[in-house]
Amino acid sequence: MRRVSDAPATKETATSASSTSPRSYLAAPHRWLELTPSLVRRQFQLLLAFASLLVIVIFFSVVNPHFSSRSNLTGILESTTVVGILALGTTFVIITGGIELSLGTGMTLTAVLTGIFLVHLGLPLPVGVLCGILSGALIGFINGTTIAFLGIPPFIATLATMLIAEGLALVISGAAPIYFSEVAGFTGIARGTLIPWLPNGVLILFVLTVIAAIVLNKTLLGRYTFAIGSNEEAAKISGVNVRRWKIAVYTLSGAFMGVAGLVLAARLNSAQPALGVGYELQAIAAVVIGGTSLQGGKGSILGTLIGALIVGTVTNGLRIMSVEPEWQTVIIGIVILLAVYTDILRRGRAST
Amino acid sequence: MTDQLLRLEGISKSFPGVRALSNVSLDLHAGEVHALVGENGAGKSTLMKILTGVYAKDAGTILIDGKPVDIDGPQTAQALGISVIHQELSLMPDLTIAENIFIGREKRRWWAFVDNKDLNRRAAQLFDQLGIYLDPRTKVGDLVVAQQQVVEIAKALSFDARILVMDEPTAALTEQETRVLFRIIRDLKRRGTGIIYISHRLEELREISDRITVLRDGEYIATMPTADADVRRVIALMVGREITHQTRPARSTRQRPTVLEVRGLTTKDLLRDVSFDVREGEILGFAGLMGAGRTEVARALCGIDPIERGEIYLRGRRVRIKSPADAARLGMGYLSEDRKRFGLLLDQDITLNVALSSLPSFTGPLGLVRDKRIREVSEDYVRSLRVKATSVRQQTQALSGGNQQKVVLARWLAKDCDILLVDEPTRGIDVGAKEEIYELLTSLAEQGKSIIMISSELPEVLRLAHRIVVMCEGRVTGILDNADADQETIMAYATQAGAHGGIAV
Repeated sequence: MRRVSDAPATKETATSASSTSPRSYLAAPHRWLELTPSLVRRQFQLLLAFASLLVIVIFFSVVNPHFSSRSNLTGILESTTVVGILALGTTFVIITGGIELSLGTGMTLTAVLTGIFLVHLGLPLPVGVLCGILSGALIGFINGTTIAFLGIPPFIATLATMLIAEGLALVISGAAPIYFSEVAGFTGIARGTLIPWLPNGVLILFVLTVIAAIVLNKTLLGRYTFAIGSNEEAAKISGVNVRRWKIAVYTLSGAFMGVAGLVLAARLNSAQPALGVGYELQAIAAVVIGGTSLQGGKGSILGTLIGALIVGTVTNGLRIMSVEPEWQTVIIGIVILLAVYTDILRRGRAST
Repeated sequence: MTDQLLRLEGISKSFPGVRALSNVSLDLHAGEVHALVGENGAGKSTLMKILTGVYAKDAGTILIDGKPVDIDGPQTAQALGISVIHQELSLMPDLTIAENIFIGREKRRWWAFVDNKDLNRRAAQLFDQLGIYLDPRTKVGDLVVAQQQVVEIAKALSFDARILVMDEPTAALTEQETRVLFRIIRDLKRRGTGIIYISHRLEELREISDRITVLRDGEYIATMPTADADVRRVIALMVGREITHQTRPARSTRQRPTVLEVRGLTTKDLLRDVSFDVREGEILGFAGLMGAGRTEVARALCGIDPIERGEIYLRGRRVRIKSPADAARLGMGYLSEDRKRFGLLLDQDITLNVALSSLPSFTGPLGLVRDKRIREVSEDYVRSLRVKATSVRQQTQALSGGNQQKVVLARWLAKDCDILLVDEPTRGIDVGAKEEIYELLTSLAEQGKSIIMISSELPEVLRLAHRIVVMCEGRVTGILDNADADQETIMAYATQAGAHGGIAV
C-alpha cells in the first residue's frame, strides 16, 4: 500500500520516511556516520569481553613467563573445550530466557552411554559417536518437552534432569569408569591433530562456534530463539509455534552437550561417571560473561566463546601462579560479578 | 491572581541529543483542574517529572504560593504537597489497601510490629472523605483498575497533597468508573486542591477541566479557558495542522461477499453463542462496556483462548483454529490492545518485529534467513505506513505508541493477512497518530481487507465501522448498520442484556 505523504511537521520526520526517493532516509549523508558509533555501542559488551580477555592474558604473561609458552596456551584452549562446547549450546537456551542445569551430569551420561555403545556393544566408531551425540540430543529433547508441554519452569525441569542423569550415569556404568583403550582412534577425537599444533578437541570447539553462530544469526531457529526470549507471548500470538521451537532449542543444546561428553571422554580416554557436576555452572558463567542476558532476548555466540576463554584463562593463570583451587573458584565468582556489573553499567548509561 | 498555587516559569530540559522542554511555563490555581495536552513526546511527562522531582530541570523557576522552591527529589515534592497519580499504577498487589496507602509510614508497636488497626482506621477515614466505600483490608490485587486508582488518590491525599498530577487517569476506566472519578475530582476542587490533568481524551476535558494548556515538541503553545476551547482547535494546536473533519464511512459493504462467518461461539468463561459475519473490505466494529467479551471474541477466533463450542467458516469453508499459528496460516492476525505485552519484541529491531509472523517465507536455500530481503520489506512498510524511526535497525521500544502499532500492523500485512482483528487500535496513542491509524485502517479496508475493530471509544467506532456489533455480558445484543447507529443506541444495546434477562437482537 502506498499513500501520498503529507507528513506532519514534527521534528522526528527529519530523519524518517519521506516520500521523495525509495530509500532516502538510509541514503541521507549522516546515516553512515551514525552507523559506526551505534555498531560500537551494540557490540560494546563483546569488545569489552575481548579487551578483558587480552588484559587477562597480558597480565598473566607478565606475572609468569611460562604462561605464554605455546604448550600452555594450547593447554588453555584444550581445557576450555568442554566448557566452551557446553556454553555454545546453552547460549541458545539462555537467549530464550531459559536455563539449563543438566549440562554437566547430562554430559557425563552421554559419555557413559558412548562407552556402552563403543566398548560394551562394540558398535563401529562413527556409529557409536553418532549415537552418543544423539543421546545428548534426546536428553535435551526431554528437557524441552517437559518445559514446553508440561509447563514446568526450566530451572526445575533441568534440575530434575540433572539429578536423573547423575543417577543414571552411575547406575548404567556400575559406578565404575569405562575405558576406551580398545577402541581404536577414539582418543584421537580430542587429542589428534588434523591441523598441526591444534588438538582436534579445540578444532571441534572452533568449528562448532562457527556452526552455532550461523544457526543463531542466520536461521529460523536463531530468529525464533531471540523472539521467544524477547516476548514469548507476542511470538505465540504472532503465529510462532513456540512450543516446537523451544523443544528444538533444548534439543540443539543437548546435541552440543553430547559432543562435549564425547570430547571429554576422548581426552580422558574414559567415561568417568562421577565427573560432570559443576560443568553446567561454568558453562552458564561463560555465557553470562560473554554478554548474554539471563533475561533472554539478547546474546551472541562469539561472546560465549570469549567468555569460555576468559574462564579457562583465569583458571589456568591462577593455577600457574600456584593459587589454590579453592581460591580459583572464589576469583571466578568475582569475575562473573564484575562482568555482569559492567553490562548493567553500560545499559544504565544507554537508557538515560 | 491571589490564589495562585503553583507557577512553573521558563522550564527547560535537555537529554543527550534531545531538547525535551524549552522555556515552558504553566500556572495552577487552587481548586482548578488544569488540563495539559499534547502528542506523545510533546514534553508533558517530562514537565511533570520535573515538578515531582524525578528529573532536575536545566533552567527555570518553580514557585509555590508565590515563593520559589527547589525540588531536588520526589521526597521534597511530596513534602511540598505535590503528589502524582501515575498512568501505570504503582501499587503492590499483594498488600492490602491500607498497607499500600501508608507504606513506609506505618505506626509501629514494639519497634517491629505494624499496627494494622491504626492503618485500617486511617485508610477508612480517607475513604470517608472521598465518599467512597472500600474495605481497607482488601488486597489491592483483588481490585479493579478504577478502584486501584481511587486507592492511589487516597494515598496522594494522605500526604496532604495540594497539587495533584493525574496522568491519563481514565485510560483504563469504563464510562461509569470515569463518572465516579470525576465526582471525586469535583470534590477535591471544592476543597481547594489544584489538579494538573493529562489526557488524550479531549471530550472529557470539556467536562472536567477549567483551562487547557497545549504543548508541542517541548514548547509551550497556548493556554485557554476550556469554555473557549473548541476540540478541533485544540487538536490543530497539538499537531500543528488542521485535522480532517470527523466523518462516517460513506461506502456500504452490503454487496460485498462474506469472508468470515462465526456461529454460536462459546467459551468456558464468558462467551455465549456469539454469531456474526464479516464482509470483504469491511470494518466491523465491536462495541460494548468493559468485560462485555469483545477482546475474548478476538482471542478465541485467533486461537489464543480455547473455544468450547461454535463454528467458524472462512469463505464458506469450515475451519478449526486451535492456536495462533493456525489463525495466522488462515490469514487472521490479532493486534492486542496491550502492544507491549502481546505485540512487540521490545528489545528487537523493527526488521524482526515486522518479519516475525512470516519468517519462513524469508528463508532461502539451506534454510538461511534472507536478511537483505527482510530489510527491504521492512523499509517498504516503514515508508508506506509512515513509521517514524531512525532506521529499521532501531529497537521498537524506542518508538512511540502509534509507531509501535504500525509495526505490529506491518507484521500481519507482511504475513498477507486478509482478516485483521484490532483491539483498541488507538489506546495510548496521541491525537495526530490516531488520525493516521484511522486513515490506515480505512485504506486497508478499501484494499479489500476485512477488519474487526474492538473499541471502547464510540466516536471511533462510529467513524470507522461499516457495521457495529454490540456486546453485553458475553453475548451479542445487537448488530447495527452504521447509518442506524449513534452513541445512544449503542449504549442502549451495550447495557441491555441484564434488563432483558438474555439475548436481544
